[in-house]
Amino acid sequence: MKQIHKIISCLLCALPCMALAQTAIKADIIYTVSGSPIKNGVVLVKDGKIENVGTAKEISIPKNYKIVEAKVVTPGLVDARSCVGLSGALNIPTDQDQLEKSSPIQPELRALDAYNPDEKLVKYVRDYGVTTMHTGHGIGALVSGQTMIVKTKPGKIDEVTLVPVEMLAMTIGTTVQSNFTSPGTKAKQIAMIRTELVKTQGYMQKQNDKDTSKHPAIDLKYEALSKLLKGEVKALITVNTTNDIMNALRLAKEFNFKLVIDGAAEAYRLIDEIKAAKAEVILHATLARNGGDMVNMTRESAGILTAAGIPVSIETGFEGYVPKTHVLLYEAALAVTYGMPYEEGLKAVTLNPAKLLGIDKRVGSIEKGKDADLVLYDGDPYEYLTNICKVMIDGIWVTENCK
Amino acid sequence: MRKFLLLPVLLISISCTLSAQTKPIAFKGATIYPVTGKPITNGTLIVQDGKIVAVGDASLNIPSDAVVQDAKGKVIMPGIVDTHSHLGGPEGGDNSSALNPDTRAFDAINPTSDGFKKALAGGLTTLNIMPGSGHLMSGQTVYVKMREAQVMEDLIIVNEKGVFGGMKMANGTNPMRGTTGFPGTRAKSAAMDRDLFVKAQEYKKKIEKAGKDSSKLPERDLRLEPLVEVLQGKRVVHFHTHKENDILTAIRLSQEFGFRVVLHHVSEGWKVYEQIAKANVPCSIIVIESPGGKLEAMDYSSTNGAALSNAGVLTGFHTDDGVTDSRLLIRGAALSVKAGMSKEKALEALTINGAKMLDLSSRIGSLEKGKDADFIILSGDPFSVYTKVEQTWVEGKKRYDIKNPEDKAFLVGGFKVYSTDREEYHNHDDEIGNQ
Repeated sequence: MKQIHKIISCLLCALPCMALAQTAIKADIIYTVSGSPIKNGVVLVKDGKIENVGTAKEISIPKNYKIVEAKVVTPGLVDARSCVGLSGALNIPTDQDQLEKSSPIQPELRALDAYNPDEKLVKYVRDYGVTTMHTGHGIGALVSGQTMIVKTKPGKIDEVTLVPVEMLAMTIGTTVQSNFTSPGTKAKQIAMIRTELVKTQGYMQKQNDKDTSKHPAIDLKYEALSKLLKGEVKALITVNTTNDIMNALRLAKEFNFKLVIDGAAEAYRLIDEIKAAKAEVILHATLARNGGDMVNMTRESAGILTAAGIPVSIETGFEGYVPKTHVLLYEAALAVTYGMPYEEGLKAVTLNPAKLLGIDKRVGSIEKGKDADLVLYDGDPYEYLTNICKVMIDGIWVTENCK
Repeated sequence: MRKFLLLPVLLISISCTLSAQTKPIAFKGATIYPVTGKPITNGTLIVQDGKIVAVGDASLNIPSDAVVQDAKGKVIMPGIVDTHSHLGGPEGGDNSSALNPDTRAFDAINPTSDGFKKALAGGLTTLNIMPGSGHLMSGQTVYVKMREAQVMEDLIIVNEKGVFGGMKMANGTNPMRGTTGFPGTRAKSAAMDRDLFVKAQEYKKKIEKAGKDSSKLPERDLRLEPLVEVLQGKRVVHFHTHKENDILTAIRLSQEFGFRVVLHHVSEGWKVYEQIAKANVPCSIIVIESPGGKLEAMDYSSTNGAALSNAGVLTGFHTDDGVTDSRLLIRGAALSVKAGMSKEKALEALTINGAKMLDLSSRIGSLEKGKDADFIILSGDPFSVYTKVEQTWVEGKKRYDIKNPEDKAFLVGGFKVYSTDREEYHNHDDEIGNQ
């Protein structure tokens, strides 16, 4: 991992050397998300970072800056959880790498080894304003593997990787039983997870033995699970029914790991429990299909949870058929249509997921010093008839067509 | 006609429902999109006994006994026609044959399905419910109105040709998924279709030859009878097709045998809109928000609506529910407008064009005097993300009201709102739910 970090930091050093044109973006309204919207505002971009943001009166645009105008500017959108890049558009075995079915618990599978930055859907979501994506192994196994965070800009895997190992992707639900012969029941699902976590505790104990001869042989599975128990990574557990959300909360308490409840279709029924456990929530797409474990979902969840004081991050999640992913912006728009306050909707696809993912120093809002990831619109961002005209990632225009 | 013994029963049940309403209802102050006429600001719509009595501006005379409903600030448009739905569990053919003209969605659908409440929440008032696309011919489709129903007879609507459904066909990869007795190639698919239609032609000839002499009629053949209706132009073929070669094959078959066809999905319509226009074949298209998920639909484009309608092709929209959601058909129109379709054509595609495809345009699809009182009241601009369907009226009866919490639940969802009954879901479910 250290090597990868080195490669990434080298690349980050290299970025400003690409002789970026310095840019000033003038807009009727800038949603910084971290602060109040700025009417008649300006964002200055220098060397891939946001140099300054404020009203046109406050900010004087240096002479050599290229001026671009837009009606509305928002931060680049952050998709809290997707499988795009592992799960391809073609939907044939050769482009479906999100779920390995040889065993139900495989935390050692790295997203980094599977993510395809050239995937058609990566460009598609980028053109719809997603600049940062938490992606990786899918739903459907007790532990399907690791997740990662990428920028959606074009480039080789190491150039686009923001965080190579973010969380462990886990699922508790009926979908697991349809993918494996065992577990075949709910109780068995939990028993299998607990068994592996208890083994991990034993593995860690042996590793700490002063007598190095008693150290266990390196086991990639338990190395990965150790990270969870040491608090280095969070568990991203896809759970939708009330029962399964409780199962996840119970596991997190028993093994003292950091929990992100993903999907969370019935989270609206467990507000007190989720708050008491300090679990974080990534909410299913507002327009996810209301079938299977998600039959009791409501389009009002984002509004309900926000009102209850639980920060909401909205995901596009995983789609197994047509359409192969969602437009994140519309998911936020519909959350607003169904009761979430307007600016909270933007937060749910920018700053909230950035915080949850631990990358809010870099992305998620328009603030001085953050990455210059910006989306320019010709109208209200949520409206179907509004066009996304330009998308900037790390100071470079990656989309210049109106969409 | 032997097949339509249930028709009189149906007509009786409809007239019973309608006789319940006598007082006229007038909706005042809305922006009205009649679709077949120009939009009316501050318009008035009057309905009575299940029919539209008058549509006009504020000067329209409202009968003194009318119940007046203020619709100021709202938008009123015709009820939406979904030309391709799988709500209610239509099933269709089984694995015993790739060609199942004898199976009827009518016999399979659950008339009290939750799905119909979802459709009402989306402003849909007429549906063409079809069996799936896993067969070359998966069976007879059924045209239904979103009336209150206990039995299928309460739902169906007989069209101008005297039938209440079409015939579902499919080409491309879906019908090649089957095993024994199913085609393995595109050419074999077409050959099997042609073989059956040749038999139907011969059967039709025998019937015609018998004339009025019933003793000379051929033995009844449930597989061929509905295809005779197809060859007579009474029953329309609804043809699932994605790729340009498959689109052209469907057109070629329809021309060879002289049957009327509506192309469905038409993912690559933007490549062959000229040929489609030349053949004068209507297209019922799907609108999806992102590409992919199905190999043969990879070249889908959201510009299909614009390309086809600009070429003069009769273009309608469908949900293919559960592929897209019945509550979102109107959004498909908005996304098509975003991709270049005119707003006017998009509204036609939601309403009157679908009605024409089902041979029902004399009764539904526009707000005109004498037509069925099927309409929706929207909170605002039909193409806005913030707009909601507030009321859905079918034949003069309010079937959905967002102010009613029980109705609204079918829009937003919630705990135990929707049934977990698996039959409610579309036959693509195995693919949707496999992970």
